[in-house]
Amino acid sequence: MMKTKTVSRRASASPRQPAQLWQLRLYVMGQTPKSLMAFSNLKKICESHLKGRYRIAVIDLMKQPQLAKGDQILAVPTVVRKLPKPVRTIIGNLSDTARVLVGLDLRAAV
Amino acid sequence: MTVLPKCLTGIQGLDEITGGGLPQGRPTLVCGGAGCGKTLLAAEFLVRGAAQFGEPGVLIAFEETEAELKANVASLGFDLTGLVRRKKIVIDYVHIEPGDFEESGDYDLEGLFVRLGHAIDSIGAKRVVLDTLEALFAGLRNEAIVRAELRRLFRWLKGKGVTAVITAERGHDHQLTRHGLEEYVSDCVILLDHRVNDQIATRHLRVVKYRGALHGTNEFPFLIGDEGLSVLPITSLGLNHKISSERIGTGIPRLDAMLGGRGFFRGSSILLTGTPGTGKTIVAANFAEAACQRGERALFFSFEESPNQIVRNMHSIGMRLEPLVKRGLLRFHSARPSLYGLEMHLATMFKEIATFQPHVVIVDPITSLMDAGTDSECKGMVTRLIDYLKAGQVTSMFTSLTQGGHALAQSESAMSSLMDAWILLQDFEGNGERNRVLYVLKARGMAHSNQIREFLISHRGIDVVDAYIGPSGVLTGSARAAQNALEKAAVLASQQEAAQLKREVERKRKALDRQIGDLRSDYESEALELRRIAEQVGTRTFVLGTERAASGLLRQADTKVAAITRGNPRQGRKK
Repeated sequence: MMKTKTVSRRASASPRQPAQLWQLRLYVMGQTPKSLMAFSNLKKICESHLKGRYRIAVIDLMKQPQLAKGDQILAVPTVVRKLPKPVRTIIGNLSDTARVLVGLDLRAAV
Repeated sequence: MTVLPKCLTGIQGLDEITGGGLPQGRPTLVCGGAGCGKTLLAAEFLVRGAAQFGEPGVLIAFEETEAELKANVASLGFDLTGLVRRKKIVIDYVHIEPGDFEESGDYDLEGLFVRLGHAIDSIGAKRVVLDTLEALFAGLRNEAIVRAELRRLFRWLKGKGVTAVITAERGHDHQLTRHGLEEYVSDCVILLDHRVNDQIATRHLRVVKYRGALHGTNEFPFLIGDEGLSVLPITSLGLNHKISSERIGTGIPRLDAMLGGRGFFRGSSILLTGTPGTGKTIVAANFAEAACQRGERALFFSFEESPNQIVRNMHSIGMRLEPLVKRGLLRFHSARPSLYGLEMHLATMFKEIATFQPHVVIVDPITSLMDAGTDSECKGMVTRLIDYLKAGQVTSMFTSLTQGGHALAQSESAMSSLMDAWILLQDFEGNGERNRVLYVLKARGMAHSNQIREFLISHRGIDVVDAYIGPSGVLTGSARAAQNALEKAAVLASQQEAAQLKREVERKRKALDRQIGDLRSDYESEALELRRIAEQVGTRTFVLGTERAASGLLRQADTKVAAITRGNPRQGRKK
């Protein structure tokens, strides 16, 4: 799954909320256990909270180091919520789900 | 044995202290408190590397954005923008703010490594600056990860073979840095310090540690000038100036005469000390004027008077300086000593000297500057200034104010050893007046007069005259004039006395002659009397004899017995 650079999951909008697409970027550094874990954790959270209205772009800095500057990447793995605004950032392998939800501001959506 | 390769920083003075720069291919820690010039040192290291040594560099900034950095260093004459455009320097601003992001689970700082690695590879950088890494501690909550990653970062930097400068905030107590970065950087640690002495701030630099190399361990004052940093190591300039045997006049012929007849050596440093009001500024101005009249340029640093005031005051002794100023031969630079710290003064002076290219420099008075720093700093500054001037064969005159009496201030005796010639101006007080005297305390390399001269200031200028030196000491001013008159009177008096004595002797001789005459006439009259008496006695005896004989005969006396009694009177009286 990590081999694809961009993974998209798109589904019809939820009936209660107007469809708003979440754009997430996951910055990783090669396919390390840490990277894979971060991806699966993120996906799990998105599936349960944002099913059908999120898009995750995985950026491997090993291949595209120049992209690190744009989103002010310092640590990896890093998730950047590009949309909806404002931009929010979470670093780590996302094993602490509560923190991820806080970071992504998904509490309200729960 | 291999010598540790070093990387020239190009920063004035720092390369001398470290004996050739920072350790090549290794990280150097620069720590210090706020506003002591860490970022600037790092930026200059990078800029000079790119501009002078052909070593491109990467600047990872955690605190300032690229635009801010460019603006900040542009004020110091560094064209960071141009270097960035020419791909000599890459600036990457790492934005990190506490609370910017959420942390969830394990992570590492590969993102930073990637950015750094990418920047290094994109221009083939040889130098790296990380300013200030400690922002990581503020931005990231998991300190254990940060520490582990820093350790890895320094190893990685070494592996890359880049010479890195890492700045860090000064820690409390005995810690060099707030977060103990020094434990990761073990090769070279430089400590910067910004201290306030007597309300004047001076920056200091110290190489705390330099593994495998000799380095100056002292604390050196440094300054941030128009051309970047300048560390002022006293020892950095060797004593190998080119020496001139050319002599230049002082503007006072008699003073020239006292200095072996021809004045000072060109490129020498002259100290002019004196108590207040002894005419130091006048002698200095005279020296400057003399230089200008030879067609040379003179630069006058005044820390007490404004240029106009000096011009006006010199007017009163018949010295006209304004035409020289107009012709561009004479330049004044006035500043209050307390205006800024010692290092700024020195920087300003260097700049003035560099632009005006003077032949003669006057610093009036150097003692005012002494208040702007501690003694050792001042000595360092004067040494640096003298070295700089000597290297350019500029003759320098420093006036120095002493606080009366014979006791020379400590700072002066320390400073005097830096000076080639030392002229002392002094006051003599007495007879209700003060008079100035001048003497040459030392003048290296020339036979100079050992005499005290009186030094007169009049509306015609300066004149040096012989002071009266007699049994009662040195006399000056009206006392000297009085002594002259006194001596004349004394000569006259002794002449008169001699004449008087001569007359007296003559009189005595005459009296003696007269007495001799008197005595002789006395004698003569007595002798005459004696002769007369003798004659009378003779006649009477004869008469008496005849009369007695006649009466004896008449009385039939025993004439025979009478004759014996007359021969023995005692017998006669017994009888």
